[in-house]
Amino acid sequence: MSIADALRGAGAKPAGKRPYFLDAEVERVLAITMSIAQELAVSRQRTDTLERLLLEKGVLSQGEIDAFVPDRAAATERALWNQEYIARILRIVQQENEAVGRPDDIASEDVAVEVGAAS
Amino acid sequence: MSRNDPAADYDGPPDYRVIGRHALFPQTSHDEIERINFLAQMNRHLAANVVPGVKQAYEKRVVPAFEALEARPIANRHEARKALLQDPAFQTWSALRRMTMEQRQQAGRWTALRQAEQLAEKARELTEGDERLKLDPTLQQPRYVSAVDHHCMPGSYHTEYFPGDVTNGANYDHAGFVTTSGLLGKYSDGGGHAVARWVKRNLPDFQPQQILEIGGTVGHSSLPLAQAFPEAEMTIVDLGAPVLRYGLGRAKSLGVDNVRFVQASGEDLSIFPDASFDWIQTTMFLHELSTGSLRRIMAETRRLLKPGGIVLHVEQPQYAPEMPLFEQAMRDWDAYYNNEPFWSRMHEMDLDAEMIAAGFERDQLIHGGVTAVVDRDLFPDAADDDKEDYGRKAAWHVIGATV
Repeated sequence: MSIADALRGAGAKPAGKRPYFLDAEVERVLAITMSIAQELAVSRQRTDTLERLLLEKGVLSQGEIDAFVPDRAAATERALWNQEYIARILRIVQQENEAVGRPDDIASEDVAVEVGAAS
Repeated sequence: MSRNDPAADYDGPPDYRVIGRHALFPQTSHDEIERINFLAQMNRHLAANVVPGVKQAYEKRVVPAFEALEARPIANRHEARKALLQDPAFQTWSALRRMTMEQRQQAGRWTALRQAEQLAEKARELTEGDERLKLDPTLQQPRYVSAVDHHCMPGSYHTEYFPGDVTNGANYDHAGFVTTSGLLGKYSDGGGHAVARWVKRNLPDFQPQQILEIGGTVGHSSLPLAQAFPEAEMTIVDLGAPVLRYGLGRAKSLGVDNVRFVQASGEDLSIFPDASFDWIQTTMFLHELSTGSLRRIMAETRRLLKPGGIVLHVEQPQYAPEMPLFEQAMRDWDAYYNNEPFWSRMHEMDLDAEMIAAGFERDQLIHGGVTAVVDRDLFPDAADDDKEDYGRKAAWHVIGATV
């Protein structure tokens, strides 16, 4: 079985119409959120496994991660990563706010009619 | 309680890595295991921390709103469920519970499907030429299995994706932990051990030679009976080839050899002559049937029992008038939202009357209760668990009969 087939098969719909308990839009977003919550837990546990293995092998010592203080350059890099991360996640908020300042904005569909007109 | 010691106060499912493995058990990566751990904790969280909120909403919002509108109390579990459907607490819990089941199927199926050919090859090595596996490719799946996939398990127990496939057996076996949060023990066999212990305690002189489990899937609850009575021959019947093929491989790998796996419908077991078995068992099976098939299966059990034999059905408790309507409505959730369409009807049936209609004598009926028997060092014990997960808890009723 190919990876693509296995992925498709893993997420296959069971026979039987799916019930919805919330507005379909809300339930769809919640389902995606819960899958991401699951994957976040998986990542967190993987990091924890890594830390414990490093501890066991003597690469890290107990409390070293909690006591970690980045130097100035590292702190800046990490802060920038956080800013970039938040900006990516909240792209739609930025774009909706920019739209408020563009009352003359026009939809491409309308422009299509305009530029496609005979004259 | 030891102060500030989270480990001492821990109440929840064990880490998945305590699960028992065998030759056909799928390989699981670190992240696949953590998906299962997360989902087991989700179910535990929903039962322990979210359900109490639903109960409170029922008492404080749903019932008063219904009574204000209708000027009478809620009359039955169907009215209670339909009223709950309007409440945000029930809606949110339901949406999360459904999603957790969908995520569990996706997680388990991915693990099984990505190694489907390797598992099939191992199953072939373990079962090829073994007369203890009898498949019937001409068997038609009945409507009560084919209409909707039970507990949202795509392809149910019977779909084969290629010849010799065991995917749906492997998925059912290795990721069921999510739903039971470890309450069924190392080999998901706590129900079977409970039944074996119940029989040894209540029928100390019973020495069965031929035991039959109908709807035994991969043998989770059957193998403990075969182990408890090593002189007996255990026959496991099921509709699904992938679970039976997987089941024999699993049994052999676990060193349980007094078993055979036969593909047949419990409604028509004419392959076995009258009075073939000393003990006929079903475990969490009746709710996946239909009214007609339940009656035909009960009639078959009567026909197949030897004089002095017993039949035992293990199920979640029936809806009795003294069971609160809220509990009944919550227990009905699986019927309507988790593809267990016969669950609701089955749990309101008069099973005593059905047994009698199938030919058993009223004064020879058996009633009892069991909780899963697990390795208590590693697994939570359902007998000590005061949480209620409405239909999922490893505490069951026994109804049966002798002849």
